[in-house]
Amino acid sequence: MTLTDEAHLPAPVRHPVVELAGLTRTFPGPPEVNALTGANLVVNPGDYLSIIGPSGSGKSTLLHILGLLDRPTSGEYLLDGLPTGKASEYDRSALRGGRIGFVFQSFHLLPTRTVLDNVLLATLYSGVPRAERTKRAKDALERVGLGHRLTFTPATLSGGERQRVAIARAVVASPKLLLADEPTGNLDTKNSAGIMDLFDELHRDGLTLIVITHDLAVSARATRRVRITDGELAEVD
Amino acid sequence: MEHLSTQQFLSDELSDMGDDVGPGPGARRWLPRFLRRGKGPRPVKAQIHLSHRRDRFSVKDLFAEAAHGIGARPGRLLLTILGTVLGIGSVVVTVGLAQTAAGQISAQFDAVAATQVVVEPDTTGNSWSGNARPKTKLPWDSPERVIRLNGVERAGLIAAVNTTGATVTAVPVNDPSASASIGPAVLATSGGLLDAVRGEVVTGRYFDDGHSERADRVAVLGERAAEKLGISRVESQPSIFIGEDSYTVIGIVNAMERRPDMLDAVILPMGTAQADFGLTRPDELQIQIATGAGPLVKEQAPVALDPNGPENFKVKAPPAGSELRENVQADINAIFLALGGVALLVGGLGIANVTLLSVMERRGEIGLRRALGATRRNIAWQFVVESVVIGLLGGLIGASIGVFVVVGVSIMKDWTAILDIKMALGAAAMGGVIGLLAGLYPAMKAAAIEPITALRGGI
Repeated sequence: MTLTDEAHLPAPVRHPVVELAGLTRTFPGPPEVNALTGANLVVNPGDYLSIIGPSGSGKSTLLHILGLLDRPTSGEYLLDGLPTGKASEYDRSALRGGRIGFVFQSFHLLPTRTVLDNVLLATLYSGVPRAERTKRAKDALERVGLGHRLTFTPATLSGGERQRVAIARAVVASPKLLLADEPTGNLDTKNSAGIMDLFDELHRDGLTLIVITHDLAVSARATRRVRITDGELAEVD
Repeated sequence: MEHLSTQQFLSDELSDMGDDVGPGPGARRWLPRFLRRGKGPRPVKAQIHLSHRRDRFSVKDLFAEAAHGIGARPGRLLLTILGTVLGIGSVVVTVGLAQTAAGQISAQFDAVAATQVVVEPDTTGNSWSGNARPKTKLPWDSPERVIRLNGVERAGLIAAVNTTGATVTAVPVNDPSASASIGPAVLATSGGLLDAVRGEVVTGRYFDDGHSERADRVAVLGERAAEKLGISRVESQPSIFIGEDSYTVIGIVNAMERRPDMLDAVILPMGTAQADFGLTRPDELQIQIATGAGPLVKEQAPVALDPNGPENFKVKAPPAGSELRENVQADINAIFLALGGVALLVGGLGIANVTLLSVMERRGEIGLRRALGATRRNIAWQFVVESVVIGLLGGLIGASIGVFVVVGVSIMKDWTAILDIKMALGAAAMGGVIGLLAGLYPAMKAAAIEPITALRGGI
């Protein structure tokens, strides 16, 4: 798209990145479990939000719904202004690929592929133009400080480095939202601090982050904190 | 619980995130292209898909990912394709060897049998009970009659001579105390028979029609008969005795590929046998034909011999080349089908098993790919392609090994290897089909995996 074209287009409409409205998730079968009950949440572009709560409080369920890996039983979830609750599986896959970057507790790197390949994997499904893929993957790795490890396999990297690769993979497709699930759960204090610093940098660059954690130190770095207790969300100041 | 209002925000600039992020969702210039694909105006669809479809997991990406999946575990790949390799290899070897062997059979056929026609009078009654009687009689001029037919190259008559107890000896010794010995058989032929049965003169000459007309008392000996009678040279015009009568030996013959029994016989001219032993009828007519003339000569020879009763002759002629080939082809097709089925089962089950195992092992990877935006269809295709490529690989290796085995066996046996190249390529392609069939179920399983459960375990 050229600049000239852009001039003719209407001014972009601003949406919250995430908007949950009366979102409920119930797991059927005796006994019926209400993992989320009427959750409301708005996350605006550039927010750095942490979600804290004890185990079994519905953290994972919320993460899965935010990541479009699970559907709400009722209520609506607008991602980037788009309704997702009734969207087809195909559309939800496209939304995941184009708008959400995941960082997992256990990194989830393919052990047989190089660091660069692992990052490139995210560009395959998100529709990054083929010509830009390698350059953007290298830029992303450069950004997380691993530009010198392109041809290494994950097995030869430290835990902190692996999580950096995972973060590079999460941001390479320029998502609207970075979802991190216990990103420091498998790391020591020093590596955790490095990852949190990286998150701060990403946040400064304008990325919207949601970090799910039970670690108060991690949650303290966020600009907004939401506590989840028995399926109910509450903003903490 | 508080509802956080949409209006709170609006300060942060999206463009801070870098130039990769385009303007808002309403601003896709290629949006109309998407709309034309759909049923009606569905702007949401266009907003969801942020990029050109061709950049989202294209065929090229599919094959690259499948190749990585296949190459990740070379040891397992080897085991996976083993069944297909063996199955396809055995098909190629069996069919190749059958074709090669069939080629050898027909090559031998060509040399002797495929160019020979034998005409005999048909018989009535049952030959087992000994009351068989010939229906008709071969004319004495049979060779002249059939030689005019198209495709007939040489012809000759042959008859067994009943010597009424007289034995063949080299010297007439009347020794009452000697045990009765069985001498060589006595046969009578026309002059042209030697060539018709592909005999060769070792020494001297074969008699001709002149000897026959004059009823000259001459004889030609088969090689082994000559040996028994102690005659090896004919320059001194040695004689043999049939009973009391002496016959001058004018030649010794060997080879006689169509009538090897003649090597043990004393051969007289037809006219001589008629005059001396009252020969009444020739037994059979040997005809050497051009290759491929079998069906024609079979039809025409009886008519030429007796236009009024051609059905009274029994003609043994080689089948036309195409009939022979059809028979061999039918055998091969049956073998091919049976073996193909076994290969399909063995190879297919092997691939299906290992692919299913690999799907279960790679749940984490599948979950990750789904989280990164892969659709169920993307996942299914990846496993189908992996399975097809594995099958194709097995098919290619199997077909190559099969070709080498056929060539190797042919070299050892001094055969000419005959292998239909289309069959070899088809067998390799069949490996791909096996892979496709075997991969369908595991691919469906893979596509059905829920990303949530898959991500729980790690990779």
